[in-house]
Amino acid sequence: MKTANQWNIVCTVDDLVPESGIAVWTPDGPVAIFYIPYRLPALFAISHTDPFSGTNVLARGITGDLKGEPVVASPLYKQHFSLVTGQCLENEDVKVKTYRVLLDGNAVRLEIRTASFEAVAA
Amino acid sequence: MSNKTLIVIGNGMVGHHFLEQFVASPAAAGFDIIVFGEEKQLAYDRVHLSEYFSGSTHADLAMATADWYSDNRIDLHLNELVTAVDRENRTVTTHKGTYRYDELVLATGSYPFVPPIEGRENPNCFVYRTLDDLDAIRACSDGASTGVVVGGGLLGLEAANALKSLGLDAHVVEFAPRLMPVQLDGDGGALLRRKIEELGVQVHSEKATTAIVDGEESRLRMNFGDDTHLETDLIVFSAGIRPQDTLARSCELETGERGGIIVNNQCTTSDPHIHAIGECALWNQQIFGLVAPGYTMARTLSAILNGDSDAAFTGADMSTKLKLLGVDVGSIGDAHARTPGARNIRFSDENAGHYRRMVISADGKKLLGAILVGDNSHYDTLLQYALNGIDLPDNPESLILPESQGGAPALGPDALPDTAQICSCHNVSKGDICGAIDAGCCDLGAVKGETRASTGCGGCTALLKTVVDSELEKRGVEVSRDLCEHFAYSRQDLFNIVKVNGIRTFRTLIQQHGRGHGCDICKPAVASILATCWNEHILTTDHVPLQDTNDTFMANMQKNGTYSIVPRVPGGEITPDKLIVLGEVAREYNLYTKITGGQRVDLFGATLSELPEIWEKLIAAGFETGHAYGKSLRTVKSCVGNSWCRYGVQDSVGMAIFLEHRYKGLRSPHKLKMAVSGCTRECAEAQSKDIGVIATENGWNLYVCGNGGMRPRHADLFATDLSDEGLISTIDRVLMFYVRTADRLQRTSVWMENMEGGLAYLKKVVLEDSLGIGEELEQHMADIVSTYQCEWKTAVEDPEKRKRFREFVNAPEKKDPVQQWTTERDQRRPLLESV
Ligand SMILES: Cc1cc2nc3c(=O)[nH]c(=O)nc-3n(C[C@H](O)[C@H](O)[C@H](O)COP(=O)(O)OP(=O)(O)OC[C@H]3O[C@@H](n4cnc5c(N)ncnc54)[C@H](O)[C@@H]3O)c2cc1C
Repeated sequence: MKTANQWNIVCTVDDLVPESGIAVWTPDGPVAIFYIPYRLPALFAISHTDPFSGTNVLARGITGDLKGEPVVASPLYKQHFSLVTGQCLENEDVKVKTYRVLLDGNAVRLEIRTASFEAVAA
Repeated sequence: MSNKTLIVIGNGMVGHHFLEQFVASPAAAGFDIIVFGEEKQLAYDRVHLSEYFSGSTHADLAMATADWYSDNRIDLHLNELVTAVDRENRTVTTHKGTYRYDELVLATGSYPFVPPIEGRENPNCFVYRTLDDLDAIRACSDGASTGVVVGGGLLGLEAANALKSLGLDAHVVEFAPRLMPVQLDGDGGALLRRKIEELGVQVHSEKATTAIVDGEESRLRMNFGDDTHLETDLIVFSAGIRPQDTLARSCELETGERGGIIVNNQCTTSDPHIHAIGECALWNQQIFGLVAPGYTMARTLSAILNGDSDAAFTGADMSTKLKLLGVDVGSIGDAHARTPGARNIRFSDENAGHYRRMVISADGKKLLGAILVGDNSHYDTLLQYALNGIDLPDNPESLILPESQGGAPALGPDALPDTAQICSCHNVSKGDICGAIDAGCCDLGAVKGETRASTGCGGCTALLKTVVDSELEKRGVEVSRDLCEHFAYSRQDLFNIVKVNGIRTFRTLIQQHGRGHGCDICKPAVASILATCWNEHILTTDHVPLQDTNDTFMANMQKNGTYSIVPRVPGGEITPDKLIVLGEVAREYNLYTKITGGQRVDLFGATLSELPEIWEKLIAAGFETGHAYGKSLRTVKSCVGNSWCRYGVQDSVGMAIFLEHRYKGLRSPHKLKMAVSGCTRECAEAQSKDIGVIATENGWNLYVCGNGGMRPRHADLFATDLSDEGLISTIDRVLMFYVRTADRLQRTSVWMENMEGGLAYLKKVVLEDSLGIGEELEQHMADIVSTYQCEWKTAVEDPEKRKRFREFVNAPEKKDPVQQWTTERDQRRPLLESV
């Protein structure tokens, strides 16, 4: 099986907003990247698409922690999603996709499994 | 089968309450209902009659609307006196016609007794019972300087206060040696007299008026039996009430020797098809001159007409708690110790002006009655002991002693049996309250809505709150006022912490006074508090992550992730040029355009990246942000006012624009809406707003804490005939007190409903400055007003802040693919259906 993952540069540190999210466009669709300076590592990435409304808004939610778990609240209907696992805290059947993300100098790199490779793997 | 006919004579408090009960019952379907009222106004709250002199209108006091009557198919004849009842043919006759009945209800109330004194027909003599009476008194007070009330009972003292409020020098003339002889004893009456005289009302006791003649210095002179006299310009008789039983007598129903229509436990008279309720009814030789027993009769009769053979009126408690001219007076049960063997415990503090008396049973175990003057704080506890026969503690005196002398704390709600009556107006017991909580009510407001407890005279508000809190706690519902898991404080606590310690960032606050890192509950709440205290731009680096998305992007997110834009249009006044700019911008960006309820224009469908571009254009045309996204002032709606309208008495648009500019940008616990009407026609619907202003001939009337929306609430009249300056300083104080003390996301209406002491308390704080913070509140508001900035202007001018408005930071040209559109009624709308 081929897993030729790519670490794409999606933005720079200057684009990030502390304790908040931004959205980037990737071959895998829109992704939300959160910068939580008091955590180590400080970057989290999950799908930008809110599964309850189908809209691309999760990066615009309020971040925080619930019982220690870092979360973002959907700005539309306020469900919470774990930034680590993508799990929805209000509905165990709902989960959003998560991505690995890292800081490389000033560049923010996101791990993208390209669609073709996904298809092969599946 | 055709319906039977039910006729109700009298459209007063009890007659109306009966109708409310009856139309909601199954039997109503079988009856056509006709109601006759002698007064020209629809049933109103007579208990609060005196508020008519402090600005309330008939509409404020009315117990229902004409629509309510027509919606319930009740044929209401106001201003129509019933002059005869023909029992044989079952008809009633008015000056307009004759009507047949199958069942007849007499709810004719009572009339004021005027002693047969020579000269009492003088046009400057009045009684105090109806709105018409008050209109006449008001008219006569014009040019008068002195007023006398004949009768020192409960109603007489209330009338004296009314005369005082009309600016008259008020006197009370009482035949008996003391005031309120029915409810109080000698010591209590004497203390009440002293307090009332301190307030500038002169009391003349043991005076029998023998004649009313023309005065020398004033319009009238009253001559007394002891050869003294008193000059006055007007006289109000309040020498007791008599049941209105004229009709009953003339159709030969059984009546009491001293008046009153005799009824049995079913509220039925000596004719099985005629019933009597309220103050006209004589039950067990007793007349009940209070509204609660009348309501109980009304409920009983409605049950009887529904075939409930168990329903019975079995008497009622006549305890009363009042504030007369600002002096607390309470009287419970057997206040005069008439029960054989009864013993007394008295506490008197002449210095503080407190008098308390307990009447206890011969064995010392039960409380039979009580008298309180000067301080009613013991009333609720004593009443519960008396009504529920709760055993007194071993040292019963502790119930009325001050705490410093070993006084007991108030009776805890747990000590009350389930049958304990909490609200006598609506007959709500502790058991009913527990039932409502078990059925899902989980806060005070919900319990009130469900049971109607504390929505009558309001005397039980504090007691109700303690019962609800304690029951919720027992059920494990945390009545904790913690904001969330990060802060063990209420919003009000946090406000004080921020203010007192000068905290300027969320991080400092949570590090010093909270735990964890915050969430979508506490972050926006704290952002709002910080904004109120320091008024920094909401998009500074420290504050950005705290804001709800609407605040972050200063626009309202819609269901497809796009935003709507509402520029400020102060007072709803807009020039044609500006209107054209709105149209041009909307056309350029293909924005769906709709007029809002707040007299503005809402532009829908802008993407994140379009927002700053659009605002650049709007700002260039002179627009400012409208804060439609914020928990802050939305709009001040107005009617066109006296510049154009034939009826307007003030410049409502000018005032609305002024208020909107003053309070725009004020961050608050929830959104705020205001309106200004130019006359009492109230076209701006100010009474459904948080702050409502209605013009009068002399200035402005201020209404507060109204609400439209999901749970409508009629605003409360707060102050009348204010000058421009008076209006603004009063609003400053009310708003600032709200911002400081409300819970998170609590509208002013709920804030008011949950406030201990309610409207009266808020008035004290704001109008009488009882907490001594009035100036501070005004200063704080002045600081906020002076630091206002248009958030959008600051944002579009700052490249750092503009960076936030990129939809995808790595692909500026990328259009969000889920935003699909279709056309409806010639405008664009989202294609996206809820997923
Ligand atoms: C100033 C004031 C303050 C008060 N304060 C309190 C208080 O604090 N607490 C309290 O419990 N109670 C108080 N009361 C008493 C309370 O208002 C009465 O108990 C209550 O109004 C009685 O209701 P009712 O329907 O029996 O009589 P009413 O409200 O008097 O209604 C009777 C109606 O029947 C009409 N009517 C009479 N005859 C006819 C006819 N032949 N045809 C057609 N219509 C007719 C009358 O015009 C009247 O409108 C106060 C009363 C006053 C005046």
